[in-house]
Amino acid sequence: MSEVKYSKKHEWVSIEGDIGTIGITKHATEQLGDIVFAEVPDAGKVLTSGGEAAVVESVKAASDVYTPVSGEVVEGNAAIVADPALINQDPEGAGWFFKIKITSPDELAALMSKADYEKFVEENPS
Amino acid sequence: MSHLKTALFDFHKASGAKLVPFAGYEMPVQYPLGIAGEHTHVRTKAGIFDVSHMGQFSIIGDESVCKQLEQIVPIDLSLLKLNQSKYSFLMNDKGGIDDDLIVTKLEDRISIVLNAGCKHNDIKQIKSVFKQPAEFVLHDQLSLIALQGPKAVSILESFIPGVSNLKFMNGGSFSFKGKSVYVTRSGYTGEDGFEVSIASELAQTFCETLLTNADVAMIGLGARDSLRLEAGLCLYGHDLNPEISPIEADLVFGITKHRRETCDFIGGSVVKDHLTNGIKRKRVGIQPEGTIIARENAKVFKADKEIGLVTSGGYGPSVSAAVAMGYVDFDCSEVGTSVELEVRGKKYPAKICLLPFYKKSYAK
Repeated sequence: MSEVKYSKKHEWVSIEGDIGTIGITKHATEQLGDIVFAEVPDAGKVLTSGGEAAVVESVKAASDVYTPVSGEVVEGNAAIVADPALINQDPEGAGWFFKIKITSPDELAALMSKADYEKFVEENPS
Repeated sequence: MSHLKTALFDFHKASGAKLVPFAGYEMPVQYPLGIAGEHTHVRTKAGIFDVSHMGQFSIIGDESVCKQLEQIVPIDLSLLKLNQSKYSFLMNDKGGIDDDLIVTKLEDRISIVLNAGCKHNDIKQIKSVFKQPAEFVLHDQLSLIALQGPKAVSILESFIPGVSNLKFMNGGSFSFKGKSVYVTRSGYTGEDGFEVSIASELAQTFCETLLTNADVAMIGLGARDSLRLEAGLCLYGHDLNPEISPIEADLVFGITKHRRETCDFIGGSVVKDHLTNGIKRKRVGIQPEGTIIARENAKVFKADKEIGLVTSGGYGPSVSAAVAMGYVDFDCSEVGTSVELEVRGKKYPAKICLLPFYKKSYAK
């Protein structure tokens, strides 16, 4: 059973061993509206936590997706590039953005549990 | 700074709209349907737009009004039939466009719809060219509500009988709940539709009445933007500004034919020069080849040389593709020219294309 953690920038990371799968939360997709474009990082790209990792665009605007943990990208999700609507349909499942080999596991401690994230969203409606 | 509100402000809020500052007003950018959903709704059914932030302006006076206004608006108002509307501009002395507008000829007046962000300056400019007396009225107590989409005609006809007889870019006085309203068959979405000028105290009732028809939905500025972009229509302050001439903007139809010869209006010498000697840049449609979305201010390149700028760009839900328009060097403006768009530091292939991206036939 993997563990899922959440960031204040509305990303989720599902951790299995030293691999984290990262995407954006359902709340984030609801704020964005219909997503029409996604760009994901290539395998091998080294990312630092809090840094820009991917791009998502709705009809309205382009937004950056940040990585909540540092590491090396092992896979970008080609499925969401081909069909960006997947992100709206299943944001915390098939709509994942990229998988990363986590290099600083202690960064995970700064992230929120699902319950804490839900509370955070409630207290910070945009 | 507090923002102005239209008469429908509370109604927008109650309808679940997300409100944003726009041209000094707090306006709905989207409703719960969402931008793409609202966009498609207008293309297939009918949508209500609150455009009351726009200036509804009248110049009342004798026959001298037309001639005086023609100094700054480059059309021949004597050719306009009663209740006929025309798209044109407010010109400045650099030959640039200070605003784009719709002029309608009424019995005792010329009525003009001005962009919200420009209206006060426009009125100052218009007044400054008038040497003979006329009465100027900015109708703050009127709301302007558009109903747009293929079902707009049958729906509006059911509540305001007679409007279906209007031809595109023509208007008339009608009655709603015993009160007089002025309706024009026009809009800015690329769809058939109407704009209804109505007393503000009736605005909400009017919307609620239209919404009793299940095919009608409220539409925000977000979808208004994607609809007009697909239709190849300019947004003032983005695709048009005081430095751009109507010729560069490829909007020569906004200048009456014989006035393209005489160019006897403010900024006419620049327009004449552009018509005779050509232009250096031109507004064009730009079609990205892949899925990349190039938005406003994306640079346009050809063979590593910067040749222009995107002035409006986004995703077109009805054409299921990225769409853009912008200005490029005239010698790169031919339809079919291969160019590149710079997005987030990378260049992506695109082609100069014809506008509009989405075409609909109007009721002529």
